[in-house]
Amino acid sequence: MSGVMKRMGMIFRAKANKALDRAEDPRETLDYSYQKQLELLQKVRRGVADVATSRKRLELQLNQLQGQSSKLEDQGRKALALGREDLAREALSRRAALQQQVTDLETQHQTLQGEEEKLTLAAQRLQAKVDAFRTKKETIKATYTAAQAQTRIGEAFSGISEEMGDVGMAIQRAEDKTAQLQARAGAIDELLASGALDDSSGLAKDDIQSELDRLSGGTDVELELQRMKQELAGGSSASQQAIEGGQGQQPQQAQPTDTPRFDKQ
Amino acid sequence: MIVRIMGEGQAKLADSHIAELNKLDDELLAEMETGDEEGFRRTLGALLDAVRRLGEPLPDDSLEPSELILPSPDATLEEVRAMLSDDGLIPG
Repeated sequence: MSGVMKRMGMIFRAKANKALDRAEDPRETLDYSYQKQLELLQKVRRGVADVATSRKRLELQLNQLQGQSSKLEDQGRKALALGREDLAREALSRRAALQQQVTDLETQHQTLQGEEEKLTLAAQRLQAKVDAFRTKKETIKATYTAAQAQTRIGEAFSGISEEMGDVGMAIQRAEDKTAQLQARAGAIDELLASGALDDSSGLAKDDIQSELDRLSGGTDVELELQRMKQELAGGSSASQQAIEGGQGQQPQQAQPTDTPRFDKQ
Repeated sequence: MIVRIMGEGQAKLADSHIAELNKLDDELLAEMETGDEEGFRRTLGALLDAVRRLGEPLPDDSLEPSELILPSPDATLEEVRAMLSDDGLIPG
């Protein structure tokens, strides 16, 4: 399948984190899930209420039975006082039957109480979970909204970066041109120096002047050599002085090199 | 297979219907590529109708990923073309 349906589906999946189809907004999903959790919590709470009601009904029944039981006991005592042992026996046997019922109901009451405690605990735990989910949901929603904004910023920025690219190209072109000009200037200098190119500015020298310069340069070199030779011949005492002076100054000179070492330690 | 009509909702379709839809879908793609606006309108309408007729609408609160997605009934050829371009639905 390569039709519109499939292609749109693929694009949607590829862009799932960016595609903001209103029906698949994760914020709605989170709110919906929270709603479901609240409903569940409501059900558990209703369960707790139901169990509590049954427990209360049992307690009423128990009270009633116990009332009847003590009444029969009184009747038995009175009958015995009047010398009617048969009546007393009848009352006591009825009371024994009631007592059996009371024991049964008490067992049921205990079971219900246990159930109620368990449900209350479950409701509390669920409440804590739902609260935690609500906090998390709000965080995720905020993050999602931020991501959405970031996507928009990203889009705006990609537009900007295109323009920046243009600027970059302009700079590149300018740099290329500069390098080219520099290379050309270098080449011209070389050509001028070699005499292949005539300098129309008149700064370059003709070959006669060059020869004269070379000669005068040569005398300069001779003069320099002469001067150095003289220095070496009569300058041994001068250099000795320099070394002695250096020795005298040594402690003072050592100090500045010591100080930074001190700092490092 | 779950098909979403953008702006409308999702529908659950038996796989046996896909072949029928696929024919219309390929037709739609061809019309889009040749720029046949009139044909595009007609085929899109037919395709959406077929999805609505053959599919069972999913409740709004069900959250299932769509395997196939169709443009909304009022989408123009240009919009769909833009959605299917290399940039996808959202550039970048």
